Amino acid sequence: MVPERGDVMRYSGFRVLLEGLRGNRGWRPAWRKPDPKPAYDVVIIGGGGHGLSTAYYLAKNHGITNVAVLEKGWLGSGNIGRNTTIVRANYFLPGNSEFYSHSLKLWEKLERDLNYNVMHSQRGLINLFHSDGQRDAFARRGNAMLAQGDDAVLLDREGVRELLPYLDFDQTRFPIYGGLYHPRGGTARHDAVAWGYARAADQRGVDLIENCEVTGIDIDQGRVTGVQTSRGAIRAKKVAIVVAGRSSQVAAMAGLRLPIESHILQAFVTEGLKPCIDHVVSFGMGHFYISQSDKGGLVFGGDLDFYASYAARGNLPMVEHVMEAGMTLMPMIGRAKVLRSWGGIMDMSPDGSPIIDRSPVDGLFINCGWNYGGFKAVPASGRCLAHLMATGAPHKVAARFRLDRFATGHLLDEEGTGSQHNLH
Amino acid sequence: MRITCPCCGSRDRREFTYYGSDDYLRRPDADAAAQAWDDYLHNRDNPAGETRDLWYHDPCGTWVKVTRDTVTHAIHACEPVAGEAG
Repeated sequence: MVPERGDVMRYSGFRVLLEGLRGNRGWRPAWRKPDPKPAYDVVIIGGGGHGLSTAYYLAKNHGITNVAVLEKGWLGSGNIGRNTTIVRANYFLPGNSEFYSHSLKLWEKLERDLNYNVMHSQRGLINLFHSDGQRDAFARRGNAMLAQGDDAVLLDREGVRELLPYLDFDQTRFPIYGGLYHPRGGTARHDAVAWGYARAADQRGVDLIENCEVTGIDIDQGRVTGVQTSRGAIRAKKVAIVVAGRSSQVAAMAGLRLPIESHILQAFVTEGLKPCIDHVVSFGMGHFYISQSDKGGLVFGGDLDFYASYAARGNLPMVEHVMEAGMTLMPMIGRAKVLRSWGGIMDMSPDGSPIIDRSPVDGLFINCGWNYGGFKAVPASGRCLAHLMATGAPHKVAARFRLDRFATGHLLDEEGTGSQHNLH
Repeated sequence: MRITCPCCGSRDRREFTYYGSDDYLRRPDADAAAQAWDDYLHNRDNPAGETRDLWYHDPCGTWVKVTRDTVTHAIHACEPVAGEAG
């Protein structure tokens, strides 16, 4: 049975108990399956994390509920379901720092807000450093995090050993000098974030339309008027492109050429193990990071394969590199069997920071450029795009995520490596 | 993935460094408009399908223009950049 709008089932521990006693016959689908209407106030292209959260905050914060989210596959079938689930606010640059700080605060109340268990686990994140110079850089980053109002603790070698006794502290190539500890960092259940936002947006009247591929964007005299889709034409006063790795293709339908190159990023999961890695550990020098899922699998990844790709699978050189880095850092994982690996299509921007902005077409908005860090941004990204679409002015924590910043030189180069496509 | 170096023949992808789209071969004039420079440096077609991009063969120092498919990772053609760029 597909629920009607307003037919809201609240989730709770009591409900689980009650349904258990009744043979679990009372559960209903979490959202409707509406056919598209001929027209909406807002059409959001892309039913991933960012698109769904945009729809939710449009409805919740701005009362704009005549909204459709168009998804060419099924909800949450893109990067929101293919990432390594890390949530953190350890950015340094003004422009990034306040945005990710805002996002973490939204995460911390997300489950109550959505009435959905997204399994947000603030287990702490540790970024390791391996030289005096790196220690200085991390001390500076930690101070920026504290100045932003977030948490950061600079650990020495013994401090790291206390938290992560299983690391190879004797290795000589990258000796562990210490780590920057971010206690509020952690992980969340990635699919549940998409489902939670979908259900909460649906309850507020948003139409979530799956298997609906956008094939054209209608523009009349420089203003967007709607979209053409595999399920017919849909008129709209405002349209947002929120499609991550496919941003260039959808923007091209509006005649736009974006500062985006799509790259492949691989991730890996092992068989389930008993709890052994209690934190998120990031080994930047080896391009390796790892956490353990609640199911027990070790979830880890590395760097981009570093060439433009839409293949959603990587090549062997990066697989080997990631395994070598993992073995260098924590030889104890060497006996764990890798169950699967996969690749996501990353919308890489030249400076490594995102774009939440208007486009040159009136009424058409763009949210892209999340590089390899879009998951933790899901709440604030939707919140800020909704604010921009509803009020016409950028949200104060996303004011620097401008589309034209590459032309004007107002770059947000968090890594400090330069503003060029092959550097991030 | 294997790429054919015009000097050395078919070689493992690990011997190459990726630079980016062959837009880099179409450098604007020094007095071109800012928009032309923005397009040259930042904006990309970023095709899902056939693309042409630049790879550097580290051992021999040859720049290679590779025509390949970004969806299948198939390599269609590898040509030397030397002689083409102005």
